[in-house]
Amino acid sequence: MEAGARAQWGGGAGDRLPAWALGLIPLALIVVAIGGFALLGGPGLGERSGPPVEEVSVERTVLRPGTIELTLRNDGPDPVEIAQVAINDAYAPFAAEDGREIGRLGSTVVEVTYPWVEGEAYEIFLVTSTGGTIDAEVPVAVESPEADVGFFGLMALLGIYVGVIPVSLGMLWLPFVRRIDPRWIRGLLAFTVGLLAFLGIDAALEGLEIAAEAPGAFGGAELVFAGGLAAYLALAGIDAHLSRRGERAAAAGGAGRGAYLALLVAIGIGLHNLGEGLAIGSAYATGALALGAFLVVGFAIHNTTEGLAIVAPLRGAGAGESARPGLGRLVGLGLLAGAPAVLGAWIGAAAFNPSLAALLFGVGVGAIARVIVQLAPAMRDGAGRTLHPDAVIGLLAGVAALYATGLLISV
Amino acid sequence: MDDGKISRRSLLGAAAALPVTAGLSSLVNSPGARAEESAAAGGSAAAGHGGHEGFVHAGFAAGRSVNHRANGFHPTEMLRDFDYGKTRRLASGRLLREWEIVAQDREIEVAPGVKYEAWTYNGRVPGPTLRAREGDKLRLRFVNGSDHPHTIHFHGIHTALMDGMPGIGENRGGGQIEPGEEFTYEFDAEPFGLHLYHCHTAPLATHIARGLYGAFIVDPKQGRPEADEMVMVLNGFDTNFDLGNEIYAVNTVGFHYVNEPIQVRRDELTRIYLVNALEFDPINSFHVHANFFQHYPTGTSLEPSEFTDTVVQGQGQRAVLEMKFPFDGDYMFHAHVSEFAELGWTGFFRVGDRAKLSSAAAAAAYCKLPWGGGSPA
Repeated sequence: MEAGARAQWGGGAGDRLPAWALGLIPLALIVVAIGGFALLGGPGLGERSGPPVEEVSVERTVLRPGTIELTLRNDGPDPVEIAQVAINDAYAPFAAEDGREIGRLGSTVVEVTYPWVEGEAYEIFLVTSTGGTIDAEVPVAVESPEADVGFFGLMALLGIYVGVIPVSLGMLWLPFVRRIDPRWIRGLLAFTVGLLAFLGIDAALEGLEIAAEAPGAFGGAELVFAGGLAAYLALAGIDAHLSRRGERAAAAGGAGRGAYLALLVAIGIGLHNLGEGLAIGSAYATGALALGAFLVVGFAIHNTTEGLAIVAPLRGAGAGESARPGLGRLVGLGLLAGAPAVLGAWIGAAAFNPSLAALLFGVGVGAIARVIVQLAPAMRDGAGRTLHPDAVIGLLAGVAALYATGLLISV
Repeated sequence: MDDGKISRRSLLGAAAALPVTAGLSSLVNSPGARAEESAAAGGSAAAGHGGHEGFVHAGFAAGRSVNHRANGFHPTEMLRDFDYGKTRRLASGRLLREWEIVAQDREIEVAPGVKYEAWTYNGRVPGPTLRAREGDKLRLRFVNGSDHPHTIHFHGIHTALMDGMPGIGENRGGGQIEPGEEFTYEFDAEPFGLHLYHCHTAPLATHIARGLYGAFIVDPKQGRPEADEMVMVLNGFDTNFDLGNEIYAVNTVGFHYVNEPIQVRRDELTRIYLVNALEFDPINSFHVHANFFQHYPTGTSLEPSEFTDTVVQGQGQRAVLEMKFPFDGDYMFHAHVSEFAELGWTGFFRVGDRAKLSSAAAAAAYCKLPWGGGSPA
């Protein structure tokens, strides 16, 4: 049967055409079919039924003295025309920067003239040409910061306070880590894994929450998963590429493997801190974040544990000798884990986009998942078990530590 | 923020709802556009609300207005448009007034750029202002050209069959009038006063909110003192069908009389037939600036009940208001329910002497009533 089929095909024109043409012909036919269908307006389908579907999401809100500016994104299948804007049940004059009609996936900026008052809350509804409404809100009115040097400086300082400094302080446990019993080291690595797992779950939930606000047309929650998968696979690929080098180093004494794991942990934590910075930056810019010393102290203590997680693998688990990385390398690891908070704060405060944020949170989750997979073998005891009592205690301690310090920043 | 607490979660919630970017601002304002109108109106004495920058009072975005031609009706003209019907003297000596009213589904523009699928009487919202004199015999041929069943229910004194009530009189061709069907309502104009007519088909709120209502004036036999008369039907539009109005208005188009102030003459008697046809909100009101008026509730007495500057009306409530403006200038009138005022229910009177008032509508206002001095039409 198979042979007969092959003979039949073999007798056709397929044999005489080059392979690239055979690949191209179906593509050309698809283009012609779809193009023709679109040109003819979907023959046989008739008129669309029902009124146009209007879905518009508000991507950004900027408050300047006397104006409220909304960046709108058309998230639905039909074009939408913004006809009027009301703030707190009062129609207000407005101008639309890129026109009042928004095409599919297009966006426009609506600038509303309104004497808003600091500290008040505002409910906004935009009326479309069909009479439909799009709701937006300003929970606490505060003037949006100008994206000038001073503002970026402040965001950088904030990122350094909550990211770089605490992570670096946490890394000061390195001498202690070097001295303790190897048995303790396994527990400490388990502690790191527990901590990362907590961060991963936290980032996933935050990413999904942001995704719920993002335009559905760009994927919403799918972006979190896509980002996670991409990050996991990318790190796995890099890992495979570097593994030969790592093996050589491991053969030299096992310390190289530890340094490599520390690098991975730093990357994972860094991506997580990028998301954290994003949240802090955008909350600050919208006045939703009171920049109290207490809050900064809370974030700092919380993130100090992340520093410990980075240095834990530096004492190669089970191996007799620990890595002795230079000061420059340690600083590099600290910056890798902490500095993304600065970048995140900049993006969050100056150019927040919920779709991008959801993707970035997903990337953080994927990176953390990959790091956990990498670290897990190092937790094994002499008998090869991963979830031995020490590891379980360490895992729970890691989760508990982040939960407890997390309370400091939710007060 | 829940209880003023800040958590990562709530931070992110806020972040998602309220992201920020840097952007350039440019000032936009609608009063600028009105300044031109003010000038065009012949330099009325005090265009106090025009010509300022920014947010002077609530209003629609500049540079765009409702297409009244496409709507098929104009709120300024509707103000003084009284439909007396076709008249004929009966053998008994009584006057017969006849109208034809057609229910039509029609898309109308209720605010600049905002379309609404209205249900109308004779293609307009509110329906024609039907006007008769106490004791006249009235005959209204109602043709349902809409895709939905409707009726006309008149406020007044009449028999059950003429009440426009679904479930009553279908066996005699009345009650609910199905699409394509028709029915002729016949009753006497009584009592005198300011009444209302509207569709009474269920669901009632929908049939009224869609636009099936109008003013029904029965003049007293002896008439009222000569005046510049106008009809204001207070209404609103639930454009997104969430059982709450997005647009509030007098005679349908939000802020219309801000953009085209009602021209009235100083020291002359102005009479307003005020009808509250608003759905979904239980209370509406009327307030005039810098003046007081005589209030005749339901217009059923020739003695005013109160000298005031604000009246409150429940759903379906009416009143005749009489006032004179002693000073030239622009005077706001609006719902003292401030929310309605800022969602469209605001207008201006432009007071001047005859030479300064330029609009054709204002000139038309001074044509005499058919029985101005007591002589019937």
